[in-house]
Amino acid sequence: MNDFKVLTRDSGNAVVMELHGFLDAHTAPDLEKTFSDLIGKGKYKIVVNFNGLSYISSAGLGVFMAYIDEVRNNSGDIKLTNMQQKVFNVFDLLGFPYLYEIYKDQDEALKKFSDK
Amino acid sequence: MKEAIKIEASKTFRSTTTALSGVRDFVNRHAVEFGFEDREVSEIVLAVDEACTNVIKHAYKGNPDAEFVVRILASGSEFQIIVRDWGNSFRPDDVPIPNIRDRSRKHRAGGLGIHLMRKLMDAVEYQGRDEANEVRLTRYLRNEPKP
Repeated sequence: MNDFKVLTRDSGNAVVMELHGFLDAHTAPDLEKTFSDLIGKGKYKIVVNFNGLSYISSAGLGVFMAYIDEVRNNSGDIKLTNMQQKVFNVFDLLGFPYLYEIYKDQDEALKKFSDK
Repeated sequence: MKEAIKIEASKTFRSTTTALSGVRDFVNRHAVEFGFEDREVSEIVLAVDEACTNVIKHAYKGNPDAEFVVRILASGSEFQIIVRDWGNSFRPDDVPIPNIRDRSRKHRAGGLGIHLMRKLMDAVEYQGRDEANEVRLTRYLRNEPKP
């Protein structure tokens, strides 16, 4: 069994979501619930740190697509950071860099939120 | 050029998303054994994960009592994975290439898996065979001529 874990914590005016493990069709509902809970609490400025994520399939990618409009419509964003190369390659193959801000470092993404 | 090996392996999985990690381990082991590099192995494993996810979610619509078979046939430069199910048939040509910007607006995430499979593999073929559906994913070892 390949595990998946998501941790969230507040950081200034944003929330940092740390992903660990394997994100596939089995574990994507866990991530979906985390996004849904954050948005339900009115938290729309979200930084997703991928440093601990080893694997992503389209089921995981779909979760990011499902929430991006709602957060942007509420003056927020989902910014992606610290991706391992093989995870970035999957995002890149599907053209996600055109739609999402992707940063090498979590602090860069947090600064973008605090600058606004 | 390294000596090519021949692989014939098959494994049956129950149609639940918990099976996906086992599918990935099975394919990973044989792709490494066949001589693919790390990045190629990751791409092949992801393509097969997508094929099996489609079987679980669409062919069997989440019925955990159903089963599907992953078969690996590899020889020469050709590494082929065949995923066979006995669920609802599937017409990949009905699935358009996703436009990431448009699809985001529609809050929909389907179709990405098929698109990924086509990008990651050298060939992706669907066919009905007897009562079964098969998707055949092919990837060639680099530095070997394609037939």
